[in-house]
Amino acid sequence: MPVLQYREALRQAMTEEMERDDRVFLMGEEVAEYNGAYKVSQGMLDQFGPRRVIDTPISENGFSGIGIGAAMVGLRPIVEFMTFSFSWVAFDQIVNNAANMRYMSGGQFAVPIVFRGNSGIAGCLGATHSHRPEAIFAHFPGLVVLTPATPADAKGMLKAAIRSDDPVIFIEHENLLGDKAEVSDDPDFLVPIGKATIARAGDDVTIISYSRSVITSLKAAEKLAEEGISVEVVDIRSIRPLDLETILTSVVKTHRAVIVEEDWPYCGVGASIADRIYNKVFDELDAPIRRVTAKDSPIPYNKSLEALTVPSVERVIAQVKDVLYRGQ
Amino acid sequence: MLAVLRSFFRKVLTRGKVPRDPQRSPEAALGSLIPESQRFVSQIPLTIPDVPRTPPGLGSIQELDTMAQAQTEAKPIVTRNQAIGWLRQMLLIRRFEERSAMLYVNQKIGGFCHLYSGQESVAVGSIGVLREDDFVITAYRDHGHAIARGMEPRAGMAEMFGKAGGCSKGKGGSMHFFDAEKGFMGGHAIVGSHIPLAAGIAFASKYKGGDQVCICYFGDGAMDQGSLHETFNIASLWKLPVIYVVENNMMSMGTQLHRHSWTTELTLRGGPAYGMPGILVDGNDIEEMARVTREAIARARGGEGPTFLEAKTFRFRGHSMSDPMKYRTKEEAKKAEERDPIVLYETILKERGWIDEAAIDELHEKVKIEINEAIEWAENSPEPAPEALYEDITVAPYIPQE
Repeated sequence: MPVLQYREALRQAMTEEMERDDRVFLMGEEVAEYNGAYKVSQGMLDQFGPRRVIDTPISENGFSGIGIGAAMVGLRPIVEFMTFSFSWVAFDQIVNNAANMRYMSGGQFAVPIVFRGNSGIAGCLGATHSHRPEAIFAHFPGLVVLTPATPADAKGMLKAAIRSDDPVIFIEHENLLGDKAEVSDDPDFLVPIGKATIARAGDDVTIISYSRSVITSLKAAEKLAEEGISVEVVDIRSIRPLDLETILTSVVKTHRAVIVEEDWPYCGVGASIADRIYNKVFDELDAPIRRVTAKDSPIPYNKSLEALTVPSVERVIAQVKDVLYRGQ
Repeated sequence: MLAVLRSFFRKVLTRGKVPRDPQRSPEAALGSLIPESQRFVSQIPLTIPDVPRTPPGLGSIQELDTMAQAQTEAKPIVTRNQAIGWLRQMLLIRRFEERSAMLYVNQKIGGFCHLYSGQESVAVGSIGVLREDDFVITAYRDHGHAIARGMEPRAGMAEMFGKAGGCSKGKGGSMHFFDAEKGFMGGHAIVGSHIPLAAGIAFASKYKGGDQVCICYFGDGAMDQGSLHETFNIASLWKLPVIYVVENNMMSMGTQLHRHSWTTELTLRGGPAYGMPGILVDGNDIEEMARVTREAIARARGGEGPTFLEAKTFRFRGHSMSDPMKYRTKEEAKKAEERDPIVLYETILKERGWIDEAAIDELHEKVKIEINEAIEWAENSPEPAPEALYEDITVAPYIPQE
């Protein structure tokens, strides 16, 4: 299988789907002539022309709504946010129009649209440009929220998102864009929406994670293996809908769970997952669930302060040991 | 107030005329980038028109009325049958709204209920010149546009009652009427939120190589939303086949036009400023409404892009059923009723000899029966089943995250 960067995998997904279906087009800031602020759409204007690869003004609310309107009458837009931090400007369109249209029209309209872009605490970007929007969007019935951690998932999940008939919030991570791995070149390679994956098998502790935190968790698992601790890492991949079965199966096997996420702790994805584990398999747990999250502060510019907030390998290791009752 | 504004603009914008140190001032640097012939900066204040900022009351509408009626008289743009059809539609909407008000008071209808009475000519005149495959989208005051587009009144009434037979299966309510089959793309309840959707629908038409247009209605309150200004720019930039109609009833909920807009001439804010024609029309003159819409449609189908229509009109009732309209004087209300678009059109059609009193009475009676039947049908429509709570959330099977 060819080895691709995460960004190349995203591009391949869009390119293949646009070749397959004329209704699919890409729209966003700097996606065409500039070749993408993060070079995800590099070369796509040359291949597809300005009808299908469209530069927009910096009007997130406006062009998001235009995408939703186009989707209501049968197109399948991919709307790129330069970063998901800018999606807040389009919040009304996403949560009122994309999420509710099918329901409040009694099923008369579908909104097959993908909102995609990177996110995360990516390095000295400060409070406004470091958002992790997954928990907030996952709050809304009607939206699908996906967070791929690997190049293969970036491609397979984006292709599935584009083929989905529902609005998908497709959240990439800025620091993963350059990651390389083998990616299938099968034009119908799809990662089903709502299916978690076991990123690493293990027996002693389950780590539940998504996006960049999966990579951090895998590194922690590697180190813990050296100490004889066997960690299973579940990459949930899809925040909504959530594959609770895979999570519970793993927790029932290991009896211990640590949830690792880059988002804030309060009202976060991890809180909802912990709630479900407690409600469904409380008796299986041999220790309270622990969470590793961003610290509950705005994201600072300063590099060392920022490093304090991002979930680190060390913080993950500490919490895994905590649920095993192994002191530091 | 205007004088103060002008003086302010002059002070700010003419600074560059006499820089204190031409070698070092930012204005001097700017000068090197802008040829002398293009230095309009100091002229900008002169181009700000002398706009009214005082409450317009109804005077401006009265003037429009005289003029527009004369035009309507001079050249009818519809056939007799079409004209009578339009009158019937206006009557149907009025009856629907007035009965809705009664049913709301009797608590048959819940939530927020915004009535269209008084503005019927805007929707009927403009939707009346669309093609069947065109699209209509509007805000929360949506019953009139839906009926004008051909929605069965009973489907609308059942929606108001929250019944399964409603046009949105009872899940949308008064503010969220939808009828996909008729190209009625919804009532949308967040002010200004549907303005980008209209551009998107028009975008799709152009993308697919078709010539369908989308007409989008909103009130003067929506003129103050960012979504409008973002979208107007894009719609012109991409020459989208969309027609924007501000139904200027001079009320942003309870805030009068002169208190929410820097100018009461909305064409200054929504038309040429965004590279599209801004056309003022007496919205209470149905045929004038039809005429300007027809021109806008021709522009849109011809690839010339969007048009902005300012239809001056007047709502007879409060913003919603819970608004007693204490901000409006009795005199204003009386004047407005004298300009009732239905009465105006009845008069015009009688003068043309296209209809007589007896035929008008018959129309009223037929409409009354139709709305009574719609109410009865809505009453008998079943409540949605409890399972409907989770239906139509996503196209894929929905998994509640509970």
